[in-house]
Amino acid sequence: MYVAVKGGEAAILATHDLVAEERRGDPAVPELSVAQLREQMALAVARVMNEGSLFDEDLAALALKQSQGDAIEAAFLMRAYRTTLPRFGSSEPVDTAAMAIRRRISATYKDLPGGQVLGPTYDYTHRLFDFALAAEGGEVKIAPEAVAPLDRTMPRVPDILGAEGLMEPETPPEGDPRPFDLTRDPVEFPADRDVRLQTLARGDEGFLLGLAYSVQRGFGGNHPFAGEIRMGEVSVGFDVPELGFSIDLGEITLTECQMVNQFQGAKDVPPQFTRGYGLVFGHCERKAMSMAIVDRALKARQFGESADYPAQQEEFVLYHADNVEAAGFVEHLKLPHYVDFQGELELLRKIRREQEERAAANREAAE
Amino acid sequence: MSRADLPDPNEVRKRRLALLARADRAALERVFAGAGLPDHCVLKAEETGTVMVEGRAGGAGRRFNLGEATVTRCVVRVGDHMGVSYALGRDKRKARLVAVIDALMQDDAHRDALEAELLGPLEDALREARDRASRKAAATKVEFFTLVRGEG
Repeated sequence: MYVAVKGGEAAILATHDLVAEERRGDPAVPELSVAQLREQMALAVARVMNEGSLFDEDLAALALKQSQGDAIEAAFLMRAYRTTLPRFGSSEPVDTAAMAIRRRISATYKDLPGGQVLGPTYDYTHRLFDFALAAEGGEVKIAPEAVAPLDRTMPRVPDILGAEGLMEPETPPEGDPRPFDLTRDPVEFPADRDVRLQTLARGDEGFLLGLAYSVQRGFGGNHPFAGEIRMGEVSVGFDVPELGFSIDLGEITLTECQMVNQFQGAKDVPPQFTRGYGLVFGHCERKAMSMAIVDRALKARQFGESADYPAQQEEFVLYHADNVEAAGFVEHLKLPHYVDFQGELELLRKIRREQEERAAANREAAE
Repeated sequence: MSRADLPDPNEVRKRRLALLARADRAALERVFAGAGLPDHCVLKAEETGTVMVEGRAGGAGRRFNLGEATVTRCVVRVGDHMGVSYALGRDKRKARLVAVIDALMQDDAHRDALEAELLGPLEDALREARDRASRKAAATKVEFFTLVRGEG
């Protein structure tokens, strides 16, 4: 039973003012601009775009400002805003082979066409504080330029293995069907690959990282190699109804990860490496790698593997990866449950009373 | 020039709209700094929405929905020509400017001037920015070498 209880309006209005003051912090310290966040907190912006499932760097920066840097609250703002916008349609599938590459590495081939391009990465830093950053107004670092640019396109590593027939092929199903959209239709199980990949792409980075780690530690039975990680800009093509042909809407930054995993074969298929795929907005490498490992783990059914571990169980993974939903359900416990709780309290008192009465009756009978 | 030598008009427009989608609003405003926007009729008012960005499993396999991106569109008419703008982001003023420029560039009277003043420089600047980003990435390319040990 729900009983409407009035009150709290003035308290809620006051908390809005208080949170605004807290968000601003010490007014003697200059206020952050959205542009500063967009430019200087780009990895946080990428995370918010992924988990908010909306590519818009300015909006993600605003969301971070408004939420005091709470990534999940920021993702929630992105999701809520998205629901207010009309959907013009779907893009053409992005072509990551044509990416304008800024980083591209492979842990499986030392010498591969296009080379190992480290790009901007924290991988080779010593994780020691740079106290010079604590002082503002330092010099603006200009990175060196090579004489020649990178190769215009670089082959994707699984395609190299695929050409030899050593890699599980990845081809569109008959008729290249439109993908399932979980923002429009409820997820059903067993879930197809398109459902799984969409869910993982918007899933919580921490949750996917934990699952990927569990797979590596033995709760999954795959042994992944980072076949390739690439990051850079990709054009978004869209068929414009007013024109009757497709145009380029601009470019977005993407990170793609291709995990190469141990073999599978069948009576009519010789043993091949198997794939896991990760694709995310912005430079978001840990998420792309985690996604690729979990994608492979979720292929357990396809390869006839027993799904003994959490990362292989699609209902468990797909139902719990979304941090906006998860936060909503966990945090709803903060809302008033006065009546529910009164019911529990009454029940507990009744049980105890009955138990005491029974004990008293037993004592009397024994005397 | 025979008709067969003329570039495909759709390709011309694709190149134009791709360049304009990447342009700064300020560069577009400068085109109209003197006389202001020409008379035009708005067929579809500026509107921000989303496009669902699709990917492919493994880069080449089954299509899946990666997530949405904000897109702003606008359709105008200038004289006899319909101008269209669809570009990533939420800049409505830019959408109007691009649609007007797209219409003007279908008109022989404006095409060459806008190509010289706007599209050409935009294309050069983009090529230069891409080249610079690529050369900065190329500076981080690993050059492997083998250490030779002992006496040969």
